[in-house]
Amino acid sequence: MKRKIDFIFIQLKRSLAITKKNIKIYYLKGPVIIFGLIFPLFLFFAFTIGKSIPLKELLPGLIGMTTFFTATAVGPSIMSWETRSKTLERLVSCPVFLWTVLLGDIFSSFLFGIIISVIPLFFVLLLKISFLNFIILFLGMILANFCFSILSILLSAYPPSDLPATSLMISSLVKFPLVFISGVFVPVEKMSFFARAIASFSPLTYFTDLVRRLILGVSYYPLPLDFAMMVIFALIFLVLAIKLHEKTFPKRIS
Amino acid sequence: MSNIIEVKNLTKYYNGFLAVDHIKFEVKKGEIFGFLGPNGAGKTTTIRILTAFLKPDEGTALVSGYNVSKNPLEVKQYLGVVPEVPNAYVDLTAWENLMLMGELYGMPKKERKENAVKLLKDFGLYEVREKLAKGFSKGMKQKLLLCMALINNPEILFLDEPTSGLDIESARLMREKVQQLNRDGKTIFLSTHNMEEVNQLCHRIAIINHGKIAAIDTPERLRAQSMELQYIEVLFDKPVNLAKLTERLKIANVSPAGNKFRIYTTNPHIIIENLVDFARENNLKILDLNTMMPSLEDIFIKLIKQKI
Repeated sequence: MKRKIDFIFIQLKRSLAITKKNIKIYYLKGPVIIFGLIFPLFLFFAFTIGKSIPLKELLPGLIGMTTFFTATAVGPSIMSWETRSKTLERLVSCPVFLWTVLLGDIFSSFLFGIIISVIPLFFVLLLKISFLNFIILFLGMILANFCFSILSILLSAYPPSDLPATSLMISSLVKFPLVFISGVFVPVEKMSFFARAIASFSPLTYFTDLVRRLILGVSYYPLPLDFAMMVIFALIFLVLAIKLHEKTFPKRIS
Repeated sequence: MSNIIEVKNLTKYYNGFLAVDHIKFEVKKGEIFGFLGPNGAGKTTTIRILTAFLKPDEGTALVSGYNVSKNPLEVKQYLGVVPEVPNAYVDLTAWENLMLMGELYGMPKKERKENAVKLLKDFGLYEVREKLAKGFSKGMKQKLLLCMALINNPEILFLDEPTSGLDIESARLMREKVQQLNRDGKTIFLSTHNMEEVNQLCHRIAIINHGKIAAIDTPERLRAQSMELQYIEVLFDKPVNLAKLTERLKIANVSPAGNKFRIYTTNPHIIIENLVDFARENNLKILDLNTMMPSLEDIFIKLIKQKI
């Protein structure tokens, strides 16, 4: 048992080395800046400018969108960049598993998400919410960032492209519909039955719901369910991401 | 010498295509082992299996005593790889590339820094260690790749076309480094198309074709097995009619090679006597006469043309 724990610890440490590398290389890439910073900001302005909505009501959507877009900004294109430059081959020729590399990518995606998505949290401090709610919100944000980061790595699994633009396009095809069905702009309780059923398949729904509960005091799902669903989604995404990447890996190096 | 690589019945399919077909060979500890073959013969697939990158469909491969299928991490821990396509991170500096490799091999910080400094100095990259690899020339990138492959002080070094695309000076330096590393006790598994390189460096070579091992031996023994490929090169002082020479020598395999003639034979002494007679009869002077052993290139061409 101890050997297994040591083994996992060693691989996690090597994942962090990959994370460090990703931070140096990918955080300042054009698509990451566009999809992770500029895009959510402009989308937010598009839905708020000209409307007299109080900050308190705007924040849940803003936090949900920022967290989702920033946490999924880095992940989708790392694998295709690494495939194109043959550096994936370099990484996997070292004593690491493919899942070690994927975890490194997830951590770097997660850190980028956390760094950017805490910005709207400063606005939350202007509101009168309890310290406990603030801490729960922060923990929810960490969990959501992890969940969305794993989703972003899953989105880069298929097709095993060496073109970052292809990966970004495919991830956008999934990300945009998710934003519109996840209670970012229309709360879940105001959706039709059919829309609510679809929304329940999106991890972003549970995060937005959690944020609404903690800031506005209203939500559709109970708080523990929001947390549980994000954990469940994260685990499903992780298993799927590892399995799919392992399956498509030979095509990436051929 | 004990075997550091043992390959038995190794087989790999790619989408139904038999890329590596039940091959068997051993590499002895401390030798430079050349692995040759035409494009698509199965070289890279074999190397990818031996470096625990791909799993074989059948057979076993032991590297440093570890099974590549069952213990891939242990296998990778003891080897360094220089791939055919340069794959250092061009957006990282030389130093950052080496530190990343050191971390992925689980080396303590002090050790990886010491090794990196030594390697960068040995390969003349120390002064440019803080520069991004994207600004490096092809030769510098190749040196960096070799440094990255050596950071963990591996027992075995896999080199895939290490001098491909390098200028003459860089290629020579690379070959000298390979010899030096071998003298220092490292086993080198060298895949190359460069016959001169094989001739200079390798203790033994294997030739793979259509996924099968076509020959495996020392360069000298391979030459000895292909004596029909030895030839005589002769230069006369005046132009000579090829048909007339062929008729006099009673041998079909005569071909012009520049201003010389090349005569393939398994009996060079008889041909030399006939050439001397021919020169006397036609009032010619022999300016140059050489008996040439078959080159590795000749043997390579012969073997890959053979149907296995």
